[in-house]
Amino acid sequence: MNRRSLVRALPVTPALVLLLLFLAGPIAYCAYIAFTDLQLTGQAESSFVGFENFRTAFQDEQFLNAVWLTLVFTVVSSLIGQNTLGLALAALMQRASKPVRTLTGGIVITAWVLPEVVAGFLLYAFFRKEGTLNALLDLLHLPSQNWLFTLPILAVSFANVWRGTAFSMLVYTAALGEIPKEITEAAEVDGAGGWRRMWHITLPMIRRSIGTNLMLNTLQTLSVFGLIWVMTRGGPGDKSQTLPLFMYEQAFQNSMIGYGTAVALLLLLVGSVFSVVYMRLLRTEV
Amino acid sequence: MAATHLADRRRNRRLAADAGLLTVAAAFVLPLAWVVLSALDPHADLRVKPPDGVTLENFDAILTSDITFTPLLNSLILCGGATLLTVVCAALAAYPLSRFGSRLNRPFLLSILFATSLPITAIMVPVYALFVQVDLIDTLQGTILFFAASQLPFAIWLMKNFMDGVPKELEEAAWTDGAGSLQSLTRIVLPLMGPGVAVVTVFSFVMMWGNFFVPFMLLLTPDQMPASVSINEFFGNRGMVAYGQLAAFSIVYSTPVILLYVLIARRLGGGFALGGAVKG
Repeated sequence: MNRRSLVRALPVTPALVLLLLFLAGPIAYCAYIAFTDLQLTGQAESSFVGFENFRTAFQDEQFLNAVWLTLVFTVVSSLIGQNTLGLALAALMQRASKPVRTLTGGIVITAWVLPEVVAGFLLYAFFRKEGTLNALLDLLHLPSQNWLFTLPILAVSFANVWRGTAFSMLVYTAALGEIPKEITEAAEVDGAGGWRRMWHITLPMIRRSIGTNLMLNTLQTLSVFGLIWVMTRGGPGDKSQTLPLFMYEQAFQNSMIGYGTAVALLLLLVGSVFSVVYMRLLRTEV
Repeated sequence: MAATHLADRRRNRRLAADAGLLTVAAAFVLPLAWVVLSALDPHADLRVKPPDGVTLENFDAILTSDITFTPLLNSLILCGGATLLTVVCAALAAYPLSRFGSRLNRPFLLSILFATSLPITAIMVPVYALFVQVDLIDTLQGTILFFAASQLPFAIWLMKNFMDGVPKELEEAAWTDGAGSLQSLTRIVLPLMGPGVAVVTVFSFVMMWGNFFVPFMLLLTPDQMPASVSINEFFGNRGMVAYGQLAAFSIVYSTPVILLYVLIARRLGGGFALGGAVKG
């Protein structure tokens, strides 16, 4: 590289140093300690154990449980909940009157802007035995139950829908706004009903946004920690312990840093796969 | 005849859409109503209910240096420091990426995009182990550096997109007059992309302000804890949970980010630049 290009590339240096030291470094370190038996206490040296941690993981019922719960959490809250509700809200907003649109948008976005832990507390209060949901069910003479105890994974999934739907709503509002009015109006005059227009015209036209949105929602949901931590601590037992919480418990409560990191590495790998797919979706942009 | 029919249908559809949206809004507003009502309620519990008389006692009780001011100040130092670092580094990095063609641009931008979508939660355990070894654990500066690094990929990506919107011709005159890159960046490009810089700044700040896991892992000393972690104390150490105070604290802690969001949303004419940016 000649001197001129070097001088030109100079401003990238601070960012590059930070990224290498604090992001690439830990990821490389992660890839290393996942193959060791590093523990938090009472051990001076750690030794290399090869794939032992991964073998343990796939035989560990608690790990498989965490994988399953992560899957449920992601599918219910992100693929189905945030995505579908976000699209429905965006579609309804196109037809609704302005005050209703502003009001609903404001409420949904406020839920999204709130700090993670605050959102966790609000939903904890909502789902608790003495909370709002049961009070409402009582009013309607429906049976109430202790949601955080009987269906914790669904409770935290709904919490994630409450908190995360705004993003999909905004992405889809932008996408629907870009569809030329003439197309939908022509179909309307031709007598195509709302559902048919949605299915045959709108959805195919916004499929790129759908792909990107699903990808980002999934990645976001995969790494949710604070929300679940505040609401259930992963419990009762391990009934809402998704992979990030399992990783934390192994590494810190059980002091198995090596094992916890192996789980983290698996999580990173899943994230990387999604990340690569996402880049393909955006391939034309760079 | 057909026209009135169509108009009728539209009006009915608008009413149906309004009803649908209001239903969702009602479901979404319940947890928010709880926090507002409970903060003013002297006998708050976990249900949404009209307060037994309005009081500011809950706010009075939490507005002490111990419970509120120190954690908020810590949050401010932590997020302010990290945001400053992020924005400066991102602006510097985005400049050559946006202005000069190089065959390294594409791989660099692809790595950045890749890093943008990695689950940061996953690397907190190795980061903890690493921070213990290099003695950065339980330090504000260490946490600031990690915060900045974790936010940088997206910040660089956004910043470059905004910078691409500033025409290069405006700088060329300055270059012929002998201005260096740094001068044309600070004097010409950044002022012209003011709203873009504001979006990156506010977005980074809001993300860090609400982040729980990073300070939860990297800080240990209670009086260094930011509000996102100290809020946990309401459950742990204070025995019986005072829900009214918890609600009041939640409001005090959330207000800055809500105001900042409103600020950028206004500035962008209600549009959503981030949605546009991540859409590509």
